[in-house]
Amino acid sequence: MAALAEFRKASLRRELESIVGASAVLTDPDELLAYESDGLTMLRALADFVVFPTSAEHVSAVVRLANREGVPFVARGAGTGLSGGCLPAEGGIVVSLMRMNRVLEVDYENQIAVVEPGLVNLHLSWAVGRRGYYYAPDPSSQQACTVGGNIANNSGGPHTLKYGVTTNHVLGLEVVMPDGEIVWLGGRTRASAGYDLVGVFVGSEGTFGVATKIVVRILKKPQAVKTVLAVFDEIDQASAAVSAIIARGLVPAAVEMIDQLTIQAVEDAFDCGYPRDAAAALLVELDGLTVGMEAQAERIVQACRDSGAREVRTARDEAERQLLWKGRKSAFGAYGRISPAYMVMDGVIPRTKLPYVLRRVNDIVAAHGLRVGNVFHAGDGNLHPNILYDPRRAGEEARVLAAGAAIMRLCAEVGGSISGEHGIGLEKADFMPFIFSPDDLALMQRLKNAFNSSGLCNPGKIFPTSKSCAEVGPAAYRPHAIEEKGLAQRF
Amino acid sequence: MAHTVQAQPPVAAGRLALHGLSVEGVNQCVHCGLCLASCPTFAELGTEMDSPRGRIFLIKALAEGRIALGASTAGHLELCLDCRACETVCPAGVPYGRLIEAAKAEIERQRPGGVLRRAFRWLNFGLLLTSPWRLRLAATVLRAYQTSGLGWLVRRGGLARLLPGTLAAGEALLPPLPPARERAALPPRIPAEGARRARVAMLTGCIQSVVFGAHNRATARVLARNGCDVVVPEAQGCCGALNAHGGDHARALALARHTIEVFEAAAADAVVVNTSGCGAHMKGYGHLLADDPAWAERARRFAASVVDVAEFLAQEPLRGPLGPVPMTVTYHDPCHVVHGQKIRSEPRRLLAQIPGLSVVELVESDWCCGSAGIYNLTQPAMATRLLRRKIGHVVATGAEAVVTANPGCILQIRAGLAAHGATTRVLHIVELLDQAYGSASRGGASGEASGEMGRGSASRGGAST
Repeated sequence: MAALAEFRKASLRRELESIVGASAVLTDPDELLAYESDGLTMLRALADFVVFPTSAEHVSAVVRLANREGVPFVARGAGTGLSGGCLPAEGGIVVSLMRMNRVLEVDYENQIAVVEPGLVNLHLSWAVGRRGYYYAPDPSSQQACTVGGNIANNSGGPHTLKYGVTTNHVLGLEVVMPDGEIVWLGGRTRASAGYDLVGVFVGSEGTFGVATKIVVRILKKPQAVKTVLAVFDEIDQASAAVSAIIARGLVPAAVEMIDQLTIQAVEDAFDCGYPRDAAAALLVELDGLTVGMEAQAERIVQACRDSGAREVRTARDEAERQLLWKGRKSAFGAYGRISPAYMVMDGVIPRTKLPYVLRRVNDIVAAHGLRVGNVFHAGDGNLHPNILYDPRRAGEEARVLAAGAAIMRLCAEVGGSISGEHGIGLEKADFMPFIFSPDDLALMQRLKNAFNSSGLCNPGKIFPTSKSCAEVGPAAYRPHAIEEKGLAQRF
Repeated sequence: MAHTVQAQPPVAAGRLALHGLSVEGVNQCVHCGLCLASCPTFAELGTEMDSPRGRIFLIKALAEGRIALGASTAGHLELCLDCRACETVCPAGVPYGRLIEAAKAEIERQRPGGVLRRAFRWLNFGLLLTSPWRLRLAATVLRAYQTSGLGWLVRRGGLARLLPGTLAAGEALLPPLPPARERAALPPRIPAEGARRARVAMLTGCIQSVVFGAHNRATARVLARNGCDVVVPEAQGCCGALNAHGGDHARALALARHTIEVFEAAAADAVVVNTSGCGAHMKGYGHLLADDPAWAERARRFAASVVDVAEFLAQEPLRGPLGPVPMTVTYHDPCHVVHGQKIRSEPRRLLAQIPGLSVVELVESDWCCGSAGIYNLTQPAMATRLLRRKIGHVVATGAEAVVTANPGCILQIRAGLAAHGATTRVLHIVELLDQAYGSASRGGASGEASGEMGRGSASRGGAST
């Protein structure tokens, strides 16, 4: 058996090499090790192959081969995802898109860019920045994460509050479908008739195929930007300030909250200018026309003061502003200063529940004997409790998972959701029943089957795998009631 | 579909080390991946084993015994430039430079390589870098090779193609070695001009002193013009940076101890260094010798006194008068200045003080040029890719000169520009400052420098010592 498996592997390797070239296939187990996790280190799985296509045709040929051989495959960008979304399928193929990282075309007049999936998010803004444009979605990992990965997760970022998430900025996609067919979804203009297939694809976490070309909107850089830092002695005051800002009808580009533990980590990292003794800080950014900006900033400052801020100041210059953002955006990594590992939760709650939920989150984590750092998109009610732990201590991972599950349940209970922007991946798959009924999940499963009927494309993600809700893969496929009645057919 | 996901296995407690050197720092990496796009080799290859996060992962797996040091792992670790760009962006503060040095030392222990490789290392690390006089002798021989026409024969006659990759790369990079008078030692003391600001000791460097003696002279002149009594300890040798970066840990320790001893005797306020790799390495002596009780404290104190020449000069406004240098230049950040020592604004502040000089920013100015110590000799293919990238950016600036602060970068970028057919000059920042002072002197604004250190007659004066 083992010999047969080895023989099959060797012949598959040769075929992959004939598609993408010998220098674009990895099979050495030591090399594959570097791909066993993404940004979530708690989960690991080893692929048999990593391939580096440089064209849609390469991807298509690899996918067709995988289908012929019944081998699962997973697309991967920079591997900065936080939910195990691009965790390899054991024994499968990782399709790394890092050698497809070009900006193919920029049409400034129509404000669009056509890019490849492996392009680093920030590099797109650099590429169009000289002409005064930028790409709005700015996940905190934007200096490393790829546009393709953003598509998979429908990524957000601090400026989501005003500008929306990835799907609001994607017009069209060239996609290699899970059976290898190359298709275009959407196009180069904003409106397209028929079903919004781009909207369906964005956020499908790599289970609906592999995007190989992406048409995105680029925006003109705002005329003016103002960044306000508000410092609080109590977390509740900061939470109240968030509500006060929104309640006064102000629409900042971003409202971010950072708690004390996180402030200390980022200050250790980069001396960004957050006061170490603050219980929490809010980073509020306004952008838009110069006219009226000053008055708006004044109202934000007032809202923070009214909520009990002990200090409110505006970044003096671009350098100070960049430093504050650097701290905010490096926060997750900065936990490495105070803990050997962390697991970030990605819950969404109604903004008005912030004070209550934050207190409960801190209680839950403390009850599990762990520490938590909070740094998140407060304006959106998108929480990121980061549970700090040491994987070398026996039993800690289990407690992290238990605390994480309790937090997710809490978010669901207050009427929120279990993911704002990091995707469900593998990490949160079992939490799906917290917010979706079996019928909801069955419907989603049918949508997945429409795209990915073989189940080979990024298997095991999104849908719960626990006993109660086994994934409906090809083997476990059961016809839906409407199918049995002849009202729908599987294709 | 089988989809096994394993939980992290509990790792045996205890100090993680390679070749006896701690790699505990791997535990600071939380796998966030923010380093990926800052890594030149990852940008070129897109393979995660060639990214900082991937390499940290491999180092961790090695230290934990999860994998053995196979050829592929050694290859990925050796392909690391040790440019430390990842350290600049790492929020977790992973001491990457130390990790990769430990890994390289382990590679030397386990996989010393064939006869040629070992001979090359022995020649460089064992013979030349450990002895200033042997290095000077080698320079004399090389100078003879270059001036006799033999070098021309090797290059033009096609002999270079017969050399193994490393030697051929080395041949191409060999700078025209200056005549003996340029390579002569600096005088032991260069007195301050004007109000005395400090007494500084100068590292003249091993390679630097034979290839770029002129930069050392310029450094001493500029320091003196800025009120420094400059002392040049005669007994100094190599600081050991190349040995440490190349995995030759034992000799690196010996060279560090010798350097500390020699400079302590100079009793200076600061030790000024004009080569980036040396400066970054010497600032790390405290860590290097931390486990040696007899030396730990001395090393820490010494390391705190080390300062890069631009860092030192930028502490105060440059003393005038500076004459005009009407030229457009761009600045390339040497890795071990910008990433190794976090010196980014200082050289730019100095350049801004030179009248008539216009500075254009270089795209990816803090991106490695591929020189990286002896990397361009050991990894010529990747070094060439990075050099082409750098030259493309340099040419795009339209600058007349690239200003930088490290001999390795200067040689590499010069070779790249020559291959590209560009006439752009490559200057050490102290050369440019020295030129500005010279230009002021010619304008009659201040007295001539004199004696051995005098500009123009400097070389001849030096040759007689």
